[in-house]
Amino acid sequence: MASMRDIKRRKTSIQGTQQITKAMKLVSTVKLQRAKANAERSKGYFDCMYNTVNSILSRVGHVEHRYLMPGQSPKKAVVVITSNRGLAGGYNSNIVKLITRHETWKKEDMVIYALGNKGREALSRNGYEIREELPEVMEEPTYADAMQLSRRLLEAYAQGEFGEIYLAYTFFKNTVVHEPKLLKLLPVDREEAQVSEKTAEAIMNFEPEDVEALDMIIPKYITSLIYGAMMEAVASENGARMQAMDNATSNAEEMISDLTLKYNRARQGSITQELTEIIAGAEAIG
Amino acid sequence: MADNQNFHLRIITPDRLFYEGDAEMVEFNTTEGEIGVLPGHIPMTVIVKPGILVISEKGGEEKEAALHAGFAEILPDGVTILAEIIEWPNEIDEQRAEDAMNRAKERLASRTPETDIARAETALLRAVARIEVLK
Repeated sequence: MASMRDIKRRKTSIQGTQQITKAMKLVSTVKLQRAKANAERSKGYFDCMYNTVNSILSRVGHVEHRYLMPGQSPKKAVVVITSNRGLAGGYNSNIVKLITRHETWKKEDMVIYALGNKGREALSRNGYEIREELPEVMEEPTYADAMQLSRRLLEAYAQGEFGEIYLAYTFFKNTVVHEPKLLKLLPVDREEAQVSEKTAEAIMNFEPEDVEALDMIIPKYITSLIYGAMMEAVASENGARMQAMDNATSNAEEMISDLTLKYNRARQGSITQELTEIIAGAEAIG
Repeated sequence: MADNQNFHLRIITPDRLFYEGDAEMVEFNTTEGEIGVLPGHIPMTVIVKPGILVISEKGGEEKEAALHAGFAEILPDGVTILAEIIEWPNEIDEQRAEDAMNRAKERLASRTPETDIARAETALLRAVARIEVLK
């Protein structure tokens, strides 16, 4: 049996860890609330954008537009949104798995735009080509960040560097459920853009004409997708961390109560032993 | 139409609801030129060009803002402007806007083959809109 001193030392150390995890949980709870509010605010903009793009796509029919046609290049670009810091449970590794375990994607064909350090570290360790790393963006994502990134992506796409562009992020379903998701940015999927009854009824005019309007609206659409994903990812990150830290705190609690029991037993044992020794000594003299 | 005096105006930006209310008229700049929208307009989607947005509110009051990028969906009973960048006058830094204007002018004046003219022109328009709205 471990000595009383050893048990006590271990207990103190776990108590220290528990205090840290507890504090981290509180911090991420507060951050989560803010991030959630931000994500919800950006949702209205995104929904409206989505409806408009859908209504345009449903009207233009089969035009040969560069953003609607798959590119010639076999290369695929993936914007990977992860966090800069760890201790968030499976948050980062789930995103990385989404890419490394993809059935049809080959490592040589992939180009990674990494937002957040953790994803970049894991993917470059696995031998993926990292085109850009933008850890600072994830500290506080702004719409301007999303705009700059989408401009660079669209330029590269227009020059034929990539055939497809994807976005890997964690979808914030609610405080406890976060789903890693892979979203196709370009070419814009027509099948997904279904005509809702409301948009089909209203006859919408476009100024400038449809195709030209597409040229201007699709970059905005991509930007809003990226921005929305950033907001969701930040909320998910804090949610995941809150959960992980909650688990860690209760695990620590369990270990502490286990160690307390052991400590008391050890103390009782040592008292009994001492008593036996004293009695034995007394008997020997008497 | 029952109430053809006003229409519902909503201006949404990626991170906030910028404006919501009833308006008699809204004016702004588009890629096809400046437009003023009254109630009962035919359904139309237009792309925004940097300029001043004027909202004539129900009570006759006018509100101005600098609208830089986005697009607008116009329906007979309402207008939704999806603005990427929009500012009330009190949010504008005049000094910064003037600096930006001078920079853009310089770039356009000393143009080289590498100059991205479209971008410089947009920057200039944006700066001008900011300064105009402050006056």
